[in-house]
Amino acid sequence: MRVEQFLRDSAKRNADKTALVAGTRRLTFGELDKLSDRLARTLVARGVQRGDRVIVFMDNCWEAVVGIFAVLKAGAVFSPINPSTKVDKLAYVANNCRAGALITQARLLAVATEAVAEAPSVRLAVVAGSGQEPAIAGGLRFEDAIAESIGRTAPERVGIDLDLAMLIYTSGSTGFPKGVMMTHQNVTAAATSITTYLENTPEDVILNVLPISFDYGLYQVLMAAKVGATLVLEKSFTFPQAIFQRLIAERVTGFPVVPTMAAIILQMKDLKPGSFPHLRYITNTAAALPPAHIGRLRELFPSTKLFSMYGLTECKRCTYLPPDQLDKRSSSVGIAIPGTEAYVVNDDGTRAGAGEVGELVIRGAHVMKGYWENPQATERALRPGPFPWEKVLHTGDVFRSDAEGFLYFVGRKDDIIKSRGEKVSPKEVENVLYALPGVREAAVVGVSDPILGMAIKAVVALAPEAALTDQDVVRHCARHLEDFMVPKFVEFRDALPKTESGKISRRQVAEELLEAAE
Amino acid sequence: MSTEIDRRVRHFIEENFLFREDRAAISDSESLIDAGLIDSTGVLELVGFLETAFSIQVADADIVPENLDSIRTIVNYVESKFAMAAAAA
Repeated sequence: MRVEQFLRDSAKRNADKTALVAGTRRLTFGELDKLSDRLARTLVARGVQRGDRVIVFMDNCWEAVVGIFAVLKAGAVFSPINPSTKVDKLAYVANNCRAGALITQARLLAVATEAVAEAPSVRLAVVAGSGQEPAIAGGLRFEDAIAESIGRTAPERVGIDLDLAMLIYTSGSTGFPKGVMMTHQNVTAAATSITTYLENTPEDVILNVLPISFDYGLYQVLMAAKVGATLVLEKSFTFPQAIFQRLIAERVTGFPVVPTMAAIILQMKDLKPGSFPHLRYITNTAAALPPAHIGRLRELFPSTKLFSMYGLTECKRCTYLPPDQLDKRSSSVGIAIPGTEAYVVNDDGTRAGAGEVGELVIRGAHVMKGYWENPQATERALRPGPFPWEKVLHTGDVFRSDAEGFLYFVGRKDDIIKSRGEKVSPKEVENVLYALPGVREAAVVGVSDPILGMAIKAVVALAPEAALTDQDVVRHCARHLEDFMVPKFVEFRDALPKTESGKISRRQVAEELLEAAE
Repeated sequence: MSTEIDRRVRHFIEENFLFREDRAAISDSESLIDAGLIDSTGVLELVGFLETAFSIQVADADIVPENLDSIRTIVNYVESKFAMAAAAA
């Protein structure tokens, strides 16, 4: 099945049901279907062809949801980009996938315009919320792109479900983001499996504050469309109290969180247990919740099922812990999601026994097709498995299993840091640090943080004549990196520890910091 | 008093949030969220600052955009807490 069919089917079944609530805007399935049809026709009329890549550079707004389904209806591939992304990286992504078009919003137009100027493949830029003709190459107002005059007929159906549906860029250990290729079949497999164990129905109301550029946030949009549930889209968790009011007012039944949000919820002083009687489930992923947090969340949400899950962009979701297992093994992230396999292997590729530590491997129809035009990285992640007809996903995550087959996260094989639930490549941050005049040596490491999980710390040695402050360093990073990658702490040293071959040893820096903290 | 509150709030926001962006100043009424200056962890830092700097207790229900989304609303909020404390004394 193709992903746009999720929306078409739900619109056919129940056109007048509320599909999307975003701020004050409410759209029914019928309206969402119609608006995305119109935008798809506009995209096609303006030259977007089957298989073209279209960047969706937007925050959590209704236009982004219309944009995603429109790109798919046009037979093209969408790539959602975090709205805090800066010019250099946006241009890198646009050039890497040779995007043919971009959908953005007035607030982000300055960044988009500069990036598009460096990305000649982008011929069309649809801009939401722009009063006048947007001043960007190929600019078109979103409102004009969905105008009633475009007509009612749906665009011609193109493509099959083996085509790419989306490219999701994820941090790589080299410092350059890689585009994870997901076909319609991959997305449908993942969405079917997840909505199965969450037991989603059209009665569900899902509230999503996570960026839809992040696959966990994005899948809330796709899964709600698939089951015909209502999606309440919020821009952020900045004011938790406002979100709590929303949970009550919209009678929300499903609330996806990351550990940082859980930590913030648990800091609330006046929250009474049982305040959200409609809330059927909370999901957590990106990193495991500390067992103490699980216990306190369950006190606060006594009638709500809590799902601990684990996944990575390359297959969307790997495992989930059935809620009835929480008491027995609260630190486990569970078992493979329905219809897939997850197991631990030793270095030689053989299956590890219970308790043995090794790499987690994933088999299933949800596993990506590889990284966009990056055969070396693809070869490292997708490797021959037990059967000659398929490759399996090597996650780079170190796991162990217990005697009953439940899985436990142990650590990463590389230096990738998880902060606020998002992956941060130390190399990517270090590359930006080295671009700051005066920085001679730099190492970026994660330090334990009660709210962020890991906080980003930059350890820097300056050139003799340089006089930089920590604010100078953070400001420079904030200009070039997404918000979640910007270091929270900066430490200056005369020199950084080196390996025998003279390379800066990130590991040694991390170990020193860990010792100092103990 | 309010100019002193204003000065300290402004200083905190400039030191902690504003310097990250390519801009020198922020107006009293500008939304911190719309300007992209504050996120959920930033709000926690702001609340911690208000509680320590002005010796007030910020209730969960008060952590809403109506109270904390601009320098002006933050100053008004702190003043209202002082007024409530004075009335209770």
